[in-house]
Amino acid sequence: MTDYLLLLVGTVLVNNFVLVKFLGLCPFMGVSSRTETAIGMSFATTFVMTIASLLSYIVNTYILVPLGLEYLTTMMFILVIAVVVQFTEMVVHKTSANLYRLLGIFLPLITTNCAVLGVALLNIYEQHNFLESIVYGFGAAVGFSLVLIMFSAMREKLANADIPKPFKGSAIAMITAGLMSLAFMGFTGLVKL
Amino acid sequence: MGSVIERIKRGHFWTFHGGIHPPEQKFLTTDKPIRAVSIPEQLILPLQQHIGISADLQVNVGDKVLKGQALTKSTHPMAVPIHAPTSGTITAIKNAVIAHPSGLSELCLFITPDGEDRWRERKICTDLAKLTDNDLIDKISSAGISGMGGAGFPTQVKVSTHEKIKFLIINAAECEPYITADDLLIREHSPSILDGINILDSILSPEHILIGIEDNKPEAIKVLQQTTANNEKIQVCVLPTKYPTGGEKQLIQILTGQEVPAGVLPSSLGIVMQNIATCFAIADAVINDIPLIKRVVTVSGQALQKPQNVWSLLGTPVGYLLEQCGYPNKDKKHIIMGGPMMGYSLPTDQVPVVKTTNCILAPSEIEISSPYSTGTREVECIRCGQCSDVCPAQLLPQELQWSAKAKDHQQLNKLNLFDCIECGACAYVCPSQIPLVNYYRIAKSEIRQQTQLDIKAEHAKVRFEARKERLTRDKIAREEKQRAAAAARKARMNSGTTEAKSEMSAVAQALARVKAKKAQTKVQAPINQETPTANVAQKSQVAAAIARAKAKKLAAQQNIAVEKTILVDQNTDTSKPAVDKKAKIAAAVAKAKARKFADKAHVKNVNVDDKPIDDKVEQVSNTEKTLVDKKAKIAAAVAKAKARKLAEQQAKLAATPSNEITNEKPKSEST
Amino acid sequence: MTTLMAIIVLGSMALLFGAILGFASVKFHVEGDPLAEQVDALLPQTQCGQCGYPGCKPYAEAVANGEAINKCAPGGEDTIKKIADLMGVEPPPLDENHDTDNSPTVAFIIEEDCIGCTKCIQACPVDAILGTTKQMHTIIADECTGCDLCVEPCPVDCIVMIPIAKTPQNWQWDLNNIPVVQLD
Repeated sequence: MTDYLLLLVGTVLVNNFVLVKFLGLCPFMGVSSRTETAIGMSFATTFVMTIASLLSYIVNTYILVPLGLEYLTTMMFILVIAVVVQFTEMVVHKTSANLYRLLGIFLPLITTNCAVLGVALLNIYEQHNFLESIVYGFGAAVGFSLVLIMFSAMREKLANADIPKPFKGSAIAMITAGLMSLAFMGFTGLVKL
Repeated sequence: MGSVIERIKRGHFWTFHGGIHPPEQKFLTTDKPIRAVSIPEQLILPLQQHIGISADLQVNVGDKVLKGQALTKSTHPMAVPIHAPTSGTITAIKNAVIAHPSGLSELCLFITPDGEDRWRERKICTDLAKLTDNDLIDKISSAGISGMGGAGFPTQVKVSTHEKIKFLIINAAECEPYITADDLLIREHSPSILDGINILDSILSPEHILIGIEDNKPEAIKVLQQTTANNEKIQVCVLPTKYPTGGEKQLIQILTGQEVPAGVLPSSLGIVMQNIATCFAIADAVINDIPLIKRVVTVSGQALQKPQNVWSLLGTPVGYLLEQCGYPNKDKKHIIMGGPMMGYSLPTDQVPVVKTTNCILAPSEIEISSPYSTGTREVECIRCGQCSDVCPAQLLPQELQWSAKAKDHQQLNKLNLFDCIECGACAYVCPSQIPLVNYYRIAKSEIRQQTQLDIKAEHAKVRFEARKERLTRDKIAREEKQRAAAAARKARMNSGTTEAKSEMSAVAQALARVKAKKAQTKVQAPINQETPTANVAQKSQVAAAIARAKAKKLAAQQNIAVEKTILVDQNTDTSKPAVDKKAKIAAAVAKAKARKFADKAHVKNVNVDDKPIDDKVEQVSNTEKTLVDKKAKIAAAVAKAKARKLAEQQAKLAATPSNEITNEKPKSEST
Repeated sequence: MTTLMAIIVLGSMALLFGAILGFASVKFHVEGDPLAEQVDALLPQTQCGQCGYPGCKPYAEAVANGEAINKCAPGGEDTIKKIADLMGVEPPPLDENHDTDNSPTVAFIIEEDCIGCTKCIQACPVDAILGTTKQMHTIIADECTGCDLCVEPCPVDCIVMIPIAKTPQNWQWDLNNIPVVQLD
């Protein structure tokens, strides 16, 4: 149990996908201009990441490995992720119009989120078991959500602040992201696995 | 409610959040009586001097008006009439700069006084008890009284509320640092004010009447206490001096401890507030039948030699009042209408005094520097938070400022921008000299406009959808009808009865008749033209209009190629007059074609004004050689040829020239 | 052999997923496109057709299906920015085929020139023109969206677009633009 907890905390804070592993940077910069959309993106990503890591584990362990087709993992995982995203979109569309309005536009964007593929692939390289895979996927998604929402809150303030002209817009966002990354490096050594 | 009154009687009041203590400048005018100024040479009366809509004009330029005569009238509750402040002649009704921060113009009446100051017939009311509430409200409404404290809300709307009123609050706080108009009015006219309060009392029948007055007016307080000593219902509440005590919501909070929620009128809490100057105006209107034509204005500021309160006629230009109070002749005038906290700088001194003008401030450059003379001294916000400490509405001014600069309307609404009363306390304390209120005002007007646009867009959408639906419905109905008719005809034809046969033959006969007629008309055409019927006349009128418009278009475009065709057209028209519409249409088509070609060819425009066509023709022939563009030439030639052909046809048809077209021709040229 | 295996596995997986998605799209089919409605709500509803679509709603639907978002001339930069925010893309500049001037206007019929042809009435998308055959027409200014669709069909060019005047009611508190006239 402790192992799983440590894995979770480790993925959320220490090995944060965005700020330490530098994965999923495009949605991190792209949809962080407003907190509301960032929250929507976070929920969608969390859902997709968890399901995708679960499915990719199953596909890998029960189809690819027995058949000796490990070299197809990347292709296969892309397929899995795309399907999960599409399927999620449809289900959400049907079941909750409100949630769809909030997530609708971001769901297709997740397909191209490298963090999702990254989670699936890292699960294999780190040789996680079934539960570990799910925890890892979930942890990565929570970490992503955490920094995305924090970052968007900061950017919202930054948008209205008196920033020197050369730093306006993306420049100050990059600087903020860099500072956040520095701050997250402070977690190194918090968890030993 | 008893506890509120008990508290007030003990002299305990509530307080509102924040507030400031700007340096008192009332001493400039407080020790001098109200002076009556002479009638200026010209009075400028904006049609709208209050919040709401302007009433309908009742007079024309050149009319002689008597003092007190109504100049506008309306039955709309939000429309308030205006009256002639003195007798004289209306010299103009035109747009002029009004008392508004934008410096924009609105419709104003210009009256040149005749100096006689002759009253219209007046009915002085001796016994108030005879008047019903409705009579009183009618009198207030027809006297054109709107709130005189600054906002200018129509008084009759306020007093004709149906809510049960607990408190009638008379606002005599006058918290702006320079203004002493109400102070002086109380000291000099307290009996009239008491009459006004009694009238309001009888209309609204409140449980209590509270007069809120700041403790920096000791003489006025003494006078008020003496006058109201016999009336148990009226309480004079002496309040500690703090800006903005005189704000409606703030005064209500101080006196009753109640906060007026956002978007709610005080009357729904059982509270009505009236300015003390409005009370005086009500008494004057009801008892003496004097409509609102004058008011007390504080003319103050260190730039003046003789700052003083004056009785000013509405419509008096500000410059005239300043002159009377010893304004040195300077090139750069900085005049503020209203107090220094909430007033605005005037773009010109020809702005007239209106119903809401309580103060005209002419500060020296040291006192308040002109926004026009110096650049902005605004520096960045240092996040000290003083603005939120003083905000009487408990908003977050610095957050508002950032969002206003970023035009984040959603966030502004979240921060309750519209609860801002624009008192200026935040801007006053700001160490970075940020004109915070200005940002809020801009943001407010932007949001208001956006809301307007959204409403309009929604409306347009509804209309568009409705139209689309109607069109499809019509189309379906038409098709249905056609189908039904076709089916019915078919059924009848196929029935094989004698009736059907006769019908068939009838159709054939009709066809034959049509043919015969056609042939006949061909022969008769020239004869028809000789006797122009009404129908033809109308047709030619339409044609003339088209020709006129086309000529206009051409004049604007000054396109050589087109002119050439018009030359041809005119030739056909004059030499071989023809009324036949067909020919005209053909000519128009040719013309249009030629124009299209010419447009494509980008022939340089020749600058010719609306000269008669003949002139143009000459010019055309002059410039013809310079015309290089082949395409345009060809097009013109084609058009010419076509037009000539038509003309020839016309000539064949028209045996004798009719007068009609020759009459019409000059008309088309003159436009 | 392995190659064949790989192809079979990938193919069958793709087929399976395809089947699932196909089933889902039938099972979870939803009428209407909320995105198009959201875009429609952002458009100015002038129904001018300058975007190349007959009205704002068709354009909104086209945008939801991937049409460029920078074709709304009356909306201008503001509308583009809002749609870009909604769609999560960078706001492109306004389509260069359009005028950048999108100050609001209202149509006005020069009455003495009107011949009563009703052509403008047919062109008006919001029924803001009043009149009938051979009678002078007039425009209900409050209903006019300023789309200028009525200008082109007029055979006598009697319709002009008038910019909406600035009044104290719609003034935007632009203190720097006040014409300061200091007399004397």
